Amino acid sequence: MANIAPVGQSEIRYLTPPAVEVKKKKYCRFKKNKIKYVDYKDPEFLKKFLNEQGKILPRRVTGTSLKYQRKVATAVKRARHLALLPYVADLLK
Amino acid sequence: MLNQYETVFIVTPVLSEAQMKEAVEKFRGVITAKGGEIINEENWGLRKLAYPIQKKSTGFFTLIEFKAPGDLVKPLEIEYKRDERVIRFLTTRLDKYSSEYAEKRRNKKQSAAKVTEE
Repeated sequence: MANIAPVGQSEIRYLTPPAVEVKKKKYCRFKKNKIKYVDYKDPEFLKKFLNEQGKILPRRVTGTSLKYQRKVATAVKRARHLALLPYVADLLK
Repeated sequence: MLNQYETVFIVTPVLSEAQMKEAVEKFRGVITAKGGEIINEENWGLRKLAYPIQKKSTGFFTLIEFKAPGDLVKPLEIEYKRDERVIRFLTTRLDKYSSEYAEKRRNKKQSAAKVTEE
């Protein structure tokens, strides 16, 4: 074991540098913008929380806090009842 | 104890403009007759529905904000159900934050109306 690498130099070399993902911190847009009420009459805004099939996106994707996720969910459901948003869709966006 | 409510209902598109106005007038009458006080009324006009209701793909949307005692809501919704012209309705009570929001919305609408007047 004579050819041990000097201290501070790693023996492992990569052909391509390992992709270090810079994770963007998610945040709750309601807390950040101090929105207290989620309006069900504004389908364009609510579409930000839906996927293209019209399903509600999970919190882990949108970053919404639990408190506002519940409010978003009720608002979406009310909007669906009033035919402002579809219950099922193929290409919402 | 008066609560603040807001109700949205969809009137069938087969009616003429005047008939639609008359239907809205009727529900406004229902609210005021039972001790409600109308704060705001918005007519969104003929809108496309996200999915067909009773084989219709459009409808006249109307929003009414009102202050009323809690025992008004039930008769109002019964009246909606009895009326064939109404194809969908939703009544919600406004809490602290939503009434704040509703007020902002009203003011915005008023200032927008003023701008167009000037």
